[in-house]
Amino acid sequence: MRAFGQPTSPGARGAALGLVVLAAGVVATYALPGRLFAIGQVVAWLVAAAGLTILVGQSGQLSLGQAGFMATGAYAAALTQNALYAAGFTVSPPSGASGRFGASAAPTAAPWTLPVALLAGAAVAAAVGALLGLAAVRMRGAYLAGATLAFGLIVTPVTAVVDGLGGEQGLRVHVPRAPDPLGTAVGEGRVRVWVALVAAALVLAVLVAAVRGRWGRTLRAARDDEAAAALVGIPVARVRLAAFVVSAATAGLGGGLYVYLTGTVLPGYFGLTTSLFLLVAVVIGGAGRLVGVIGGTLFVVAVPIVTTEVMAAVNASPALQARLAGNAPLALLGLCLVLVTLARPGGRLAWLRRQVGVRRGARVGSPGVHGPGRDGTGGKPPTRHVPE
Amino acid sequence: MTRFLFLTIDGLAMGAVYATFALSLVLIWRAARIVNFAQAAISVAAVDVAWVVGSRVGGWWLGLLLAPLVGALLGVLMQRFTMRRLGPERHLDAIIVAIGVAMVVQAGLGMVFGLQYRPLPAPVSQTVLTVGGVPTLSPYKLVVLGAAALLGVGLALLFSRTALGLRLRASALAPEVARLLGVEVDRMTTLAWGLAAGVGAFAALLVLPTGPGLHPTAMDGVFITAFTAAVLGGLDSPVGAVVGGFAVGLVLNYVTGYTDEPNLAPIALLGLLLAVLLVRPNGVFAGPTIRRA
Repeated sequence: MRAFGQPTSPGARGAALGLVVLAAGVVATYALPGRLFAIGQVVAWLVAAAGLTILVGQSGQLSLGQAGFMATGAYAAALTQNALYAAGFTVSPPSGASGRFGASAAPTAAPWTLPVALLAGAAVAAAVGALLGLAAVRMRGAYLAGATLAFGLIVTPVTAVVDGLGGEQGLRVHVPRAPDPLGTAVGEGRVRVWVALVAAALVLAVLVAAVRGRWGRTLRAARDDEAAAALVGIPVARVRLAAFVVSAATAGLGGGLYVYLTGTVLPGYFGLTTSLFLLVAVVIGGAGRLVGVIGGTLFVVAVPIVTTEVMAAVNASPALQARLAGNAPLALLGLCLVLVTLARPGGRLAWLRRQVGVRRGARVGSPGVHGPGRDGTGGKPPTRHVPE
Repeated sequence: MTRFLFLTIDGLAMGAVYATFALSLVLIWRAARIVNFAQAAISVAAVDVAWVVGSRVGGWWLGLLLAPLVGALLGVLMQRFTMRRLGPERHLDAIIVAIGVAMVVQAGLGMVFGLQYRPLPAPVSQTVLTVGGVPTLSPYKLVVLGAAALLGVGLALLFSRTALGLRLRASALAPEVARLLGVEVDRMTTLAWGLAAGVGAFAALLVLPTGPGLHPTAMDGVFITAFTAAVLGGLDSPVGAVVGGFAVGLVLNYVTGYTDEPNLAPIALLGLLLAVLLVRPNGVFAGPTIRRA
């Protein structure tokens, strides 16, 4: 963006990134019509990973339970959506649907219920995040990592124990269908991806603006030197908690979007693997970089798909396919996590950018997870911790 | 009352395992200020290898000897090839790398052994003995208690009575001073990783026969349980980890035993962890001292 010769305001940068993502996503839904589901998954995960990259890169904290917050948001959105539907906030089905299912097709949820449900999901996830964060952010990173790991592991048990969450079968969700002219012209599946894209663009725009502005500077100050930050009046614990709550909220929104895209919610969507893949997306993109996390999310969603396609293409035996199906992507992404962190604290994209010489163009903040200035600009690692 | 006695005794036996695994986390934390999030995966891998060899040659008892050795080797390799390359201040990166190692190890195990549970038979009966009308422990749980106690005593002797133990403690508490006094701190750190991973594998071999068996993620639940136990004890204190292990074992047994709902265990665990962090974030045994990083 520097190429335009003008230093741009944080808000303008955010809006630009949001618009680019929106446009690229819409193009992708037409370029790859057979991959609508994967595109939707990228968008939903991107929303969740965007908050995580702020938490890891800008605030220097780690969450291993983002899938837990996605699940929180997903179930909250699903229950809200179904409650509004049951309360009678419905519209008559679009003609496409009634044509397919006969004249007596059931009414569908009113379109305005969707943003309500999504916001409810994000809000509940933020509240749960605040609860968890209150306990854990005062301590060193390992405590928060452990607590969030424990949190991520209770998704399936909670759905099994609490009535009304549908257990392992999950819930069917009455999500709104696209209203008539749009639904028939564009297609229901594509409209859903577009809606998710709008949400993702908004989230990215707001986060870019926030991170480049005062809030981001506060976060980085609290990350780099706790004592110095406290001395200039930054409430360190509160700033860290805020970053954690933001990451929980975006994960909740991502979970809600996943519900809208699929029309169902299942505990199996939100396993430990999802949390880990989101972390890989963040690290590969360069922790703290909102532009990088887009590439990182694309990568982690693409790896399992490519693995499956390659195995099908080489006619691997069913036994071999069964062994490699989940494990090969897990191994590859785990290896990426290790190698990228060991070799390039700024992430793969930061390294690429150095190679092409565009040093500061699209950067959003830090050089990575406490990167000790390997790309010459970096923050300094936290040097002390004084427990209460 | 009978039920309470049974749950208490059984909870103590399970607590011994959690305490042992918690010790392995505390050993690394003391040496390197890192929680080894790959410990669960590494210990399953060690038991897997030990069982492949042990079941052909000498059975479970040989495995009991082999698993800690294989685990220690894996711990040393992990420290040498990943952790040592990170600077001492990159705590967050260390967790991320450990997670990556765990993913690679678990995926590797899944590729080699598949993703179905493979039963790991116990060397002695797992039928609960009844003493005076009160169901107590199975012979196997007695073995578990005895083995864990032996290991605990051995570690205590190692750290308090031997020159090696002194060097290990010195490297952990004051690396600069220890280095000046001729202790090879780097080697001690590697040794601590090996020791810790060996202890973790030992705990895994003890606990896995009581569950559904071997699986790449079979120790994940034990990891979180032991982490909670270690935090309860302060994460820095071996004695705290042992007491925390027993406490967590009892709490989990009471919760799941009285409700007959195993799904409550992870939920209770998270509640306990958050309660400890809110009320006594430095652990129940923390003294008034403030230590820096």
